[in-house]
Amino acid sequence: MNTLKNQPGQGLAIANVNLRGSSTVPPAQTARMGALPGNREEQPLRIRHPAFRMDVMFTQSFGTAFELIATLDAQLFAIVGLSLQVSVIAVAVAAVIGLPLGAFVAVFDFRGRSAAIALLNTLMGLPPVVVGLIVYLMLSRAGPLGPFGLLFTPTAMVIAQSILVLPIIAALTRQTVADLYGEYTEQLQSLGVGPVRAIPTLLWDGRYSLLTAILAGFGRAIAEVGAVLIVGGNINHVTRVMTTTIALETSKGNLAIALGLGIILLALALAVNAGALFVQGVAQRVEGG
Amino acid sequence: MSKLALVIDKPFEEQSKTAPHDSILPLVLDGVCFDINGHRLLDRISLTLCHGVRTVLLGPNGAGKSLLLRLCHGLLQPTTGRIQWSDNDSRRLHKKQAMVFQRPVLLRRSVAANVAYALAVKGVSNDRRRPMVARALEEVGLAQLARRPARVLSSGEQQRLALARAWALEPEVLFLDEPTANLDPGATRLIEETINAFHRQGTKIVLVTHDLGQARRHADEIVFLHRGRLVERSMAAAFFKRPRSDEAKAFLAGELLD
Repeated sequence: MNTLKNQPGQGLAIANVNLRGSSTVPPAQTARMGALPGNREEQPLRIRHPAFRMDVMFTQSFGTAFELIATLDAQLFAIVGLSLQVSVIAVAVAAVIGLPLGAFVAVFDFRGRSAAIALLNTLMGLPPVVVGLIVYLMLSRAGPLGPFGLLFTPTAMVIAQSILVLPIIAALTRQTVADLYGEYTEQLQSLGVGPVRAIPTLLWDGRYSLLTAILAGFGRAIAEVGAVLIVGGNINHVTRVMTTTIALETSKGNLAIALGLGIILLALALAVNAGALFVQGVAQRVEGG
Repeated sequence: MSKLALVIDKPFEEQSKTAPHDSILPLVLDGVCFDINGHRLLDRISLTLCHGVRTVLLGPNGAGKSLLLRLCHGLLQPTTGRIQWSDNDSRRLHKKQAMVFQRPVLLRRSVAANVAYALAVKGVSNDRRRPMVARALEEVGLAQLARRPARVLSSGEQQRLALARAWALEPEVLFLDEPTANLDPGATRLIEETINAFHRQGTKIVLVTHDLGQARRHADEIVFLHRGRLVERSMAAAFFKRPRSDEAKAFLAGELLD
């Protein structure tokens, strides 16, 4: 524990927990203990439900979901807000790197290009826990990035999710841009557009298709639990997001709350995708595809 | 295999009197061959393209017309042989040529933005682009549609936009690869009017077609290709009156060449 005590994120979390008077155990440990049955020290959500039977569980969980939303539960909003914040930033970071990277691989014919494409496609399926572990090792006190004190902070979660999302965006971008370049290549060559200049042109002209790539990345980020749990630690008020809360509440037996949160998570993902589909549909009608 | 008669006139070089002093013409092809996977698609083409003359590359499908056009424009490199402009600066060469393809390739942007993009690539400053775009769209009759997304235009309008893009670039040489192949007569007429306007402006026209009517309307000289070989090159009037090669005779008679 000594190695972790001086982390800035930790100090904040400890202060929070002490103010609540519920625990003096350092948060990283709390998060792990939270997974143990019978641990009643952690009470993250105010709405509690008595034990229930399976047949009423779904009705109850829908009820819980609406109750959580309807009562504007502050803690719920903090959790949902952090989930969105971490995932949106992670996707933005991954897009800023992944869009040009994918376009580069699509446009330039360099040695080892096939290997690069195979690697990108493989990395799309990176196991989150492995990424979490590697980022954990990098950010831990003894790791190369230890001095920045980022472990168990939202920043660490953003880093882990960016790494998970980057190959998805880059690989899908490569595919989209390669198809488009196949169509444009002679015309661009005729106009005197070299590959470097072609990259922003193709990214812009593929904007509606690329939205799908970014959405796929967002879907991965918002639904991911393994990496954020490892590098974030599921610390109440600091790094607790929807997925880690669902995992925690499930292990505590609060299935209605867990399911309620799951419903909110699904609804959010659905809303984002529906919005993007709408944008694409309108674009195709207006712009002619 | 039938013996190919190679009949070539050489009176054209003298016609290029009006060429500007910084002209990139004439374009000289010397023994140009083009192979794909060991198949010879173009065989020892030697040809000189001069200023002021509208050249039509004529021949049946698969003769290698479009391929030859792409080699001239620099989209492809010959397997053997030499393609030589009178200017060696590749940047200047690029800026003085334009090409219109059989199927227009338009960016997924507005009509005006498509023209402006070509000008931006050429290095025309932002404030000078606007009037040039307007003039080019005016020329092809698309001024009303300037803000429309290019992809929703009809095929004929799309091809006119491709011509407007070329117009804005003020090329010295315009390559056209069967620009009206998929269009109805009305749309074709509008395209051909613009091609004539290019010619009046002093732009060298190099047009690929297998449409005899179009060749008659636009050719000053005919370069007749068959099976990857240059079979005959004549002034248009002479070609249509008295073709000298058997292949050209058969083609003009409407026989199916293979």
